[in-house]
Amino acid sequence: MSTEDFIPNDDLRITSNDLKDTIYEFHYFTISLFSMSRVVITGMGIYSVIGKNLAEVEDSLRHGRSGIIFDPLRKEMGFRSALTGMVERPQLKGVLDRRMRVGLPVQGEYAYISTLEALKNAGIDQSYLDANEVGILFGNDSSAVPVVESVDILREKKDTMMIGSGYIFQSMNSTVSMNLSVIFRLKGINFTVSGACASGSHALGIGYLLIKQGLAEMIICGGAQEINPESTASFDALNAFSIRESEPTRASRPFDRDRDGLVPSGGAATVIIESYESAMKRGAKIYGEVIGYGFSSNGEHISMPNVEGPVRAMEKAIRDAGIRSSEIDYINAHATSTPAGDSNEASSIDIVFGSSRPLVSSTKSMTGHEMWMGGASEVIYSTLMMNNSFVAPNINLENPDDITAKLNLVTKSTPYEINAFLSNSFGFGGTNSALIIRKV
Amino acid sequence: MQNEEIIRKINQLLVDEIEIEAAQIAPSADLKKDLGIDSLDFVDLFVIIENNFGFKMKAEEMTEVKSLQDFYNYIINRINPN
Repeated sequence: MSTEDFIPNDDLRITSNDLKDTIYEFHYFTISLFSMSRVVITGMGIYSVIGKNLAEVEDSLRHGRSGIIFDPLRKEMGFRSALTGMVERPQLKGVLDRRMRVGLPVQGEYAYISTLEALKNAGIDQSYLDANEVGILFGNDSSAVPVVESVDILREKKDTMMIGSGYIFQSMNSTVSMNLSVIFRLKGINFTVSGACASGSHALGIGYLLIKQGLAEMIICGGAQEINPESTASFDALNAFSIRESEPTRASRPFDRDRDGLVPSGGAATVIIESYESAMKRGAKIYGEVIGYGFSSNGEHISMPNVEGPVRAMEKAIRDAGIRSSEIDYINAHATSTPAGDSNEASSIDIVFGSSRPLVSSTKSMTGHEMWMGGASEVIYSTLMMNNSFVAPNINLENPDDITAKLNLVTKSTPYEINAFLSNSFGFGGTNSALIIRKV
Repeated sequence: MQNEEIIRKINQLLVDEIEIEAAQIAPSADLKKDLGIDSLDFVDLFVIIENNFGFKMKAEEMTEVKSLQDFYNYIINRINPN
């Protein structure tokens, strides 16, 4: 199937707002015809290297502030690159009781903080969670430190009884959803999505599908990413990280001609999604509506991205949304600052959006690559932009190359009305996810 | 180690490591019902006791340990066997 099968040509584009409204009405009529629910974002929370809450993050996005540092410990350990995003570890003693803390790894601590903010942002308290079937779907794809530490204890003591009770719950990939579901006494769907660097995006996508189909009313979605040398050492071994160590804040430079690799990062992002009816009933503030989820697999190389897979994911998302590609005002690119990845994504975006050329930026230029978290955090970054009428800059973009120059890249914080945006997330194994969110 | 010192040390470990309120500590306290020590906390007590008293607790020996006094007695007997 070719791209042209999905993308209407320019002649067919409809610019009349009245006609657009009619199409939206038809779209929602078909949704109601098949008993499908509209899915809206009613809460967001963030704990990231560019801010530990929504207000701090919005300020960093507006000012193009980087969260990247040089970590001397990594150099001592033998890393090729000591660059990383960094955020302080939350102090939860006195906040959560011991049993809740013992099984919580660092990315779970980040996720607890981001989820607290999201629940508050959504106007949801514990009594609501106790009385309703609220679920959780988090993206997470590693928990290295507890694995390393528990095996170190076993090797030293030669006795499993010396490992203690917490490591098992810290070390599983499902650690974030399993811990938060207990802490917040959740009673709905409860599992983790592991889809490499698209985990957070797929978690939101799956949550959207469940609510759309009427199988859930509200789901706490998100993504979490540990920050430590143990989890990134084997990734560093692939020569994939930037070695611009003399200029940490200038190292992550997606789409720039002189990009030399990604910068690992982390934190946690929580996005509360619920049915439109539920939001209306609660009188909740709506930050955006999830209208499209597209996914695909490249079916090729384990680490080398391609062009065709992301094209299919973006086109599926557009079809699912029932909109035209020209209605996307902004694309938050996956672009991690690797030579091949950014180039291939630029080609993909150009194939799908070449005629409308929406604004494009990669917030990874500021945050670094938040990996399992990125798909969720970048929806938050973009939703903040949409709700506050600006586009955050792709910092460090000084000279695009021949391919990335095809995109309408934003290098400075730009006042801009976004009515709909698309957020891309891709990962190892060729997994691709594209989400479309629009203003309500 | 004197019995009083063992008891004082156990109490301190319960407060510091298991985070039991000092006011709840009483010899007659039921470990599960009064102090809220569950099966997972017992797993951590195994580690805490070995690290602080230098011996391994055995799960099968704990079946009769119900109260804090039972726990004191068990530890004292392991450290100072008759």
